[in-house]
Amino acid sequence: MNKVYKNASTAITGINDGAVIMLGGFGLCGIPENCIAALVSSGVKELTCISNNAGVDNFGIGLMLKQKQVKKMISSYVGENAEFERQLLSGELEVELIPQGTLATRCMAAGYGMPAIFTPAGVGTEVAEGKEIRVFNGKEYLLEYAFDADYAIVKAWKGDTDGNLIYKDTARNFNPLMAMAGKVTIAEVEELVPAGELDPNQIHTPGIYVHRIFKGEHYEKRIEQRTVKKVLSTL
Amino acid sequence: MLRFGGDNGMALSKEQIAQRIAQELKDGYYVNLGIGIPTLVANYIPAGINVVLQSENGLLGMGPFPFEGKEDPDLINAGKQTITTVPGSAFFDSAMSFGMIRAGKVDLTVLGAMEVSEQGDIANWKIPGKMVKGMGGAMDLVASAKNIIVAMMHVNPKGESKLLPQCSLPLTGKRCVKKIVTELAVVEVTENGFKLLERAPGVTVKEIVEKTAGKLIVEGDIKEMQF
Repeated sequence: MNKVYKNASTAITGINDGAVIMLGGFGLCGIPENCIAALVSSGVKELTCISNNAGVDNFGIGLMLKQKQVKKMISSYVGENAEFERQLLSGELEVELIPQGTLATRCMAAGYGMPAIFTPAGVGTEVAEGKEIRVFNGKEYLLEYAFDADYAIVKAWKGDTDGNLIYKDTARNFNPLMAMAGKVTIAEVEELVPAGELDPNQIHTPGIYVHRIFKGEHYEKRIEQRTVKKVLSTL
Repeated sequence: MLRFGGDNGMALSKEQIAQRIAQELKDGYYVNLGIGIPTLVANYIPAGINVVLQSENGLLGMGPFPFEGKEDPDLINAGKQTITTVPGSAFFDSAMSFGMIRAGKVDLTVLGAMEVSEQGDIANWKIPGKMVKGMGGAMDLVASAKNIIVAMMHVNPKGESKLLPQCSLPLTGKRCVKKIVTELAVVEVTENGFKLLERAPGVTVKEIVEKTAGKLIVEGDIKEMQF
């Protein structure tokens, strides 16, 4: 069993036109930068992308949108991307907007082997249109299905050669959920160590969920909203 | 000494709206603050009260912005702003984050709105025909939160009331808003419609009535907000 790949371009082998892929991250935080770059270089197209956001114009999934590689986006919030808006209004891009907790829990359901979940999010709104509603304890819930994705592409902080993963801070977000949910899961990590070096108590994603792992390079980690306090406040 | 008089004469500034909402906080509350005016509430947490701020991208115990040079791209809030943590904080994934919201563990949610109806319906995610950015976590929050306070301006830039008999925009959630704090008033959502609780210093009941399109119950003497 060898899960370790040399780099992003070898790790994304087999992702063909029309694939359904999950991409971890929240905004630009914890996104699989290396794999996105490799997908852009590969020219693969007609992709359905499940990701909380769609990147910005010149980074993240925005790079794939610019190359018109994405047929459909399934996201909760896509507000930072002018090219996205243009493709949406011109009809080039199909978009399904779903509540963020529903998105996360549909990933979780897939990873837990459950076909569906019930959630109150979206009851009484256009999100509920055409969906089955069940009442539990007097409250309405929508039936939402587990995602069915060909590939999940995630970014972790540390990983080992068995595919065990540890995430850092809020870069965790959707990554462990998507890691569980892909038929094939590809993880890129900042630090790749031999199996046995990570503390088993600290593992967020057990290696059983991870099929391919590689050490990513040149992480840019762009910040969308740089908000700071001045070191010396001028009173 | 607080100065009243933002852009609308005697009305509250956005900071003052946040300051009034902060008076609703109780010791030990877990609180989720939305983007915009709600974020400012964190600046006015009353002395002696400890609250834990939840950021739905996966953090309990959100702290203030970092000092310049200490920004960490791996540490952001749901508005994608660089932040810090406070002692006792915890990170988790997005499913657990919305799990604690859905399970009613978060005591108070403060969010902005484009419209609120007298039944407590809220619209804050979409304007048909214009760009649709998405609902993010708003639908999950309003569907499950025990206590929802809306922070918003009383009228829109066209001068039209945002407190309506029925929302005209696509809904984010139904019958969920408990209280609204605007630059003019504190309004409760009751079974029988909006109820005026407090008015901003110097603002008349008449002005609030004129700027509220939905049914507004005014009972007795309406006191001024205290700061």
